[in-house]
Amino acid sequence: MDLNEKVITTHKLTKRFGDFVATNEITFDVYKGEIFGFLGANGAGKTTAMRMLCGLSTPSSGEASIAGYDIYKETEKVKAHIGYMSQKFSLYEDLTVMENIRLFGGIYGMSNAYIKSKSEALIQQLGMEKEVKKLVGSLPLGWKQKLAFSVAVFHEPKIVFLDEPTGGVDPITRRQFWDLIYEAADRGITIFVTTHYMDEAEYCNRISMMVDGYIKALDSPTRLKQQYSAETMDEVFFELARGAQRKGD
Amino acid sequence: MRTLLFLLQKEFRQIFRNKAILPVIFVMPMIQLIVLPLAADFEIDNINISIVDHDHSSLSRQLVDKIAASGYFVLSDYGNSYSQAFQQFERDRSDLILEIPSDFERKLVRENENSLFIAVNAINGVKATVGSSYLGRIINDFNADLRLKFNPAQGLNPVPVIEVSPINRFNPSLNYPFFMVPGILVSLVTMVAVYLCSLNIVKEKEIGTIEQINVTPVKKYHFILGKLIPFWVIGVFIFSVGLFGIGRLVYGIVPAGSILLLYSFLALYLVAVLGLGLLISTYSETQQQAMSLAFFCIMIFMLMSGLFTPVDSMPTWAIAIARCSPVTYFIEVMRMVVLKGSGFADIRYHFLMILGFAVLFNSFAVWNYRKVG
Repeated sequence: MDLNEKVITTHKLTKRFGDFVATNEITFDVYKGEIFGFLGANGAGKTTAMRMLCGLSTPSSGEASIAGYDIYKETEKVKAHIGYMSQKFSLYEDLTVMENIRLFGGIYGMSNAYIKSKSEALIQQLGMEKEVKKLVGSLPLGWKQKLAFSVAVFHEPKIVFLDEPTGGVDPITRRQFWDLIYEAADRGITIFVTTHYMDEAEYCNRISMMVDGYIKALDSPTRLKQQYSAETMDEVFFELARGAQRKGD
Repeated sequence: MRTLLFLLQKEFRQIFRNKAILPVIFVMPMIQLIVLPLAADFEIDNINISIVDHDHSSLSRQLVDKIAASGYFVLSDYGNSYSQAFQQFERDRSDLILEIPSDFERKLVRENENSLFIAVNAINGVKATVGSSYLGRIINDFNADLRLKFNPAQGLNPVPVIEVSPINRFNPSLNYPFFMVPGILVSLVTMVAVYLCSLNIVKEKEIGTIEQINVTPVKKYHFILGKLIPFWVIGVFIFSVGLFGIGRLVYGIVPAGSILLLYSFLALYLVAVLGLGLLISTYSETQQQAMSLAFFCIMIFMLMSGLFTPVDSMPTWAIAIARCSPVTYFIEVMRMVVLKGSGFADIRYHFLMILGFAVLFNSFAVWNYRKVG
């Protein structure tokens, strides 16, 4: 983590849907190589905030820059420098492992030779040599998630956004998944992750807690626990989310 | 450009891997093109007729033979009770009743005049009117023969008759498949293009892959072209197999006009209907919604396109609707170019209209796509 380089900065970023304010003037910075946990109850506004940062949705007001690019004016440049893995598994299930890697590599403008050498290394790292020519739809969920993450960081983005990446996978696979995350962070890729698992929250460098569209707390897990005199992140979460007015979705 | 090639490669792989869609694209249209024109035949035959013969004379039998031999009628019942014949009517086993009076032969020979009674089952209106007019002609014919036989003098000095001898231009043998195959081919190409294009895009929305594409630097026009080009190619393919494979080999239809002209029109037409598919996909979140919307459009387009009923004989308001359907124009063009050999000058207006549809549908779709995306 490099405290001298901010890769995400937001200032009073707001999204309204009619009268409903999904995210309300959120302001925060994320540093290069940081693992930034984005927590909150269902309906707190996490996904909306993330979609704005990825250029999938236009903010109602406020400012934000991603990897140094303005999210209003330089959307295309923002998109070239981020990776994204959504809640829904969104690789093409009717393409093989290698075809998916090639497709997304190609879309990000990587050369064929580079895609070839890099994908070979990736396949080896994931231990998927036998699955290269299998359709992605036929793989077990845990493998799919690891593959989806690897594809999301394949073009070496500055930041990767992970929206509840480990939903529905077993603890061992989750652990392996986080190994991949650490490795990417070591390479200097900033990780912006939402999760509902509090053990995963402990793995993050810093955590922000969203309640009803506001950021209610933002600090490292250790200091948050001290601040709320809690034993675990679970207790911190309960303490903060208790006051929420909005019902989850 | 390179991005587009990657997207096209992906689309073609997915299409050829989809075991459920492949037959829809390649086999079903061909089967439909073989079966439908044979069934969509406007010639009315197999009209069921009940004859009530109170006369049982040689003349009445001659008339019955003549009717049965005409080839249009099936004698469903021959008896001497009208009520019995009417029962056949009620059970829908016969379409017409012809009642021959008991003094038919005697009166005809002696008094040189007589009348027959025809009752028509008008539930199937077309069959009834066509059937009774066929029957009327047969009886007139029979009458003329009789007059010649019994009054040879009159035969030598006949009442002046204007004889009309029609020649069928462009389809000399009044072959219905000639008329129907080009039209049905148009509707099949349209259906496949609209359905496949809209469902394919909505499927990506449903499974969430479109969002993954939206966070990449892929431009909207890359994505849209990546969807339109494969289905454009498939449309051209189906059209070619239909025209040269089925049309020529099965029905012996050889286009009288320029093939190049037909394909130029097809090229533009596919852009228009794929634009409609795209437009439908921007309004739908699920494949079910897209299917229903596409079904609605296709039904109206098909039934009002002049495929089965001539546009000119529709009410004015219906003609206005028919003129708003691209299918109408292509069916007209197909019939003009394939059967009549019309040239570019004859279908300039059609080109212009389809160009209009192509621009309208596509720009509306792209505008709507931006708004949503």
